[in-house]
Amino acid sequence: MDTGSIAWMLVASALVLFMTPGLAFFYGGLVRGKNVVSTVMYSFVSMGVVSVIWVLWGYSLAFGEGGAFIGNFDFLGFKDVSTESEDGIPPMLFAIFQMMFAIITPALITGAFAERFKFSTYLVFLVLWITLVYAPVAHWVWAGDGWILELGALDFAGGTVVHINAGVAAIVAAYLVGKRRGVDRGVEPHNVPFVILGAGILWFGWFGFNAGSGLAADGLAVSAFLVTNTAAATAMVVWAILGNIHTGKMSGVGAATGAVAGLVAITPAAGFVGPMGAIGVGLGAGVLTFYAVRMRHIFGFDDALEVFAVHGIGGIWGAIATGIFAVGGIGLVDGDAELLVDNVIAVLATMAYSLVATFIILKVLDVVPGLGLRAEEVDEDTGLDIALHGERAYVGDGAD
Amino acid sequence: MVKIEAVVRPERVNPVVDALLEAGCGGYHVLNVTGKGTQQGVEVFTGRGATTAVRAALPKSVITTVVVDSLKDAVVEAIIAASKSGEEGQIGDGKIFVSPVAEVIRVRTGERDDAAL
Repeated sequence: MDTGSIAWMLVASALVLFMTPGLAFFYGGLVRGKNVVSTVMYSFVSMGVVSVIWVLWGYSLAFGEGGAFIGNFDFLGFKDVSTESEDGIPPMLFAIFQMMFAIITPALITGAFAERFKFSTYLVFLVLWITLVYAPVAHWVWAGDGWILELGALDFAGGTVVHINAGVAAIVAAYLVGKRRGVDRGVEPHNVPFVILGAGILWFGWFGFNAGSGLAADGLAVSAFLVTNTAAATAMVVWAILGNIHTGKMSGVGAATGAVAGLVAITPAAGFVGPMGAIGVGLGAGVLTFYAVRMRHIFGFDDALEVFAVHGIGGIWGAIATGIFAVGGIGLVDGDAELLVDNVIAVLATMAYSLVATFIILKVLDVVPGLGLRAEEVDEDTGLDIALHGERAYVGDGAD
Repeated sequence: MVKIEAVVRPERVNPVVDALLEAGCGGYHVLNVTGKGTQQGVEVFTGRGATTAVRAALPKSVITTVVVDSLKDAVVEAIIAASKSGEEGQIGDGKIFVSPVAEVIRVRTGERDDAAL
C-alpha cells in the first residue's frame, strides 16, 4: 500500500471537512447578528446529514458504475468499499475524500437564502439535493463511466460539481425564496473578523480540496498546492486594488472575498495549469467576480451572500481558464481549443441540470404541507436564531 | 425641551429613525438593550439544546431624541406609526417615555437650549 499517499489523503480529507465550518464563519460574519446562529447552522448541520446519506446511498449513486448518467446501488451502506488497495489509495479513502466535497457543496447554496429560509425545510432539501443533483453531476464528471469525463472535459477538483452546481442552485433558491424583509438600504456584515477568519480557514482547507484531488502524494499534489495559493493571492490583490479604486478604502470583506474567488476559479484548473497560468486564473477571477458582485442586483434577486457572483461566475471562469491555460499541449495557449470546448459543454450541462432540478425540488418543498421555503414574517423579523434555534449568538448582561 | 425615549423592536429601528428625521428631529441615538414588559420574554436553551429552556429578557432598542416642545406631538406620532405592528399592534411593540430636559448645549458652538436642537 502507498502509505505516503494514504497519509496525505487522510489529512487532505480532514482539511476539506474543515472548510465547512470555515464557510460557516465566512457566511456568518456577513449576516446580521440576529441570524448568525442560523447561518452557521446551515453549514454545520450539512456535516451531519450529508455524512450519513453519503454512507447510506450517496457514494453509491455518485460513484457506482451504473452508466453514463448515474451510479448504482453496489455500494449501499458502504458495502464492498474496501480499505485495502494494491495501487493508489483504498476505495474507502476515496469515498471519504469525496464525502467532504458532498458536505460543503449544499452548504455553499445557503448563502443565497440566508436570513429567511426555514430550517426544517432545509434539512429535507439537503437530502433531496444531494441525492438528485449532487450525486448525478459528480457521477458525470468524476465517475469512471461518467459522460462528461468520457467527453474529455477536465475538472480537477470540482469547479462544475461544486461551485457552478451550487452557484446556479443559489440563484434559483434566491429567486424562489424572495427578498429578505427590510434590507433595501443594504446589509452591513455584523462581524468582519469572522468573515476574514472564515476565508482563512477556507484557504487552508482548500489545499486539501485541490492538492488532494490527484489522490496521491506526488509531484502533481505539489504543483496543485502552489497554483492554488497563487491564484487565491492574485485574486485577493485584484479585489483589494479594484475596491480601492472604486471606494478609496480597502475592505476586509473584499480581500476575503477576493481570495475565495481565486480559490473557486483555480479549483477545476489546479491539476492542469502552471504557476503563471495560476496568476492568469487569479486575475480573471478577481476582475470578473468583483464586477459580478457589484452588478448582483441586475436580476432583482436577493442572493444574500453573493453566491452566484463568486462561486457561479468564479467556477465558470475557472472552467474556461482551464481550457485556456492548461499545460502539456492541451490548452488554448498552445493552440488547442478542444479542451476549452469540452469544458464549456460541461459548464452548460451542469448549469442547465442544476437549474431545472433545484427548481423542481424547491417548488415541491414549497407546497408540501408543514414545510414551505420561508420562515414566518414575525420569525424573520425577530431573527431566526431565537425563532428557529432558541439561541442567541450574543447574550448581553441583561436581566434574565 | 423634552427627551423622548422610545423602546421599540430592534427591526423597527430603521423605519423609526427615518420617521424621526422626517418629523424634524435634529438627531438621535440608539441603544440596544434587553428587558421585559408585558411581553414575557422568549424561551432559549440553556442546557446544550437538550431539554432545559428558560425565559430570558428580550432584545429591544431604545431610540432617544431631544426636541423642542412644539415638535413633541409630531415626533411621538411618527414613532408610533413606524414601530407599531400593523393596524392592531402586537404585545411587544414598546413604550415611549417623555421627560423634560433642563438644558441643552451644543459642544462645537456653545449654543444653548432651542438653538442647540
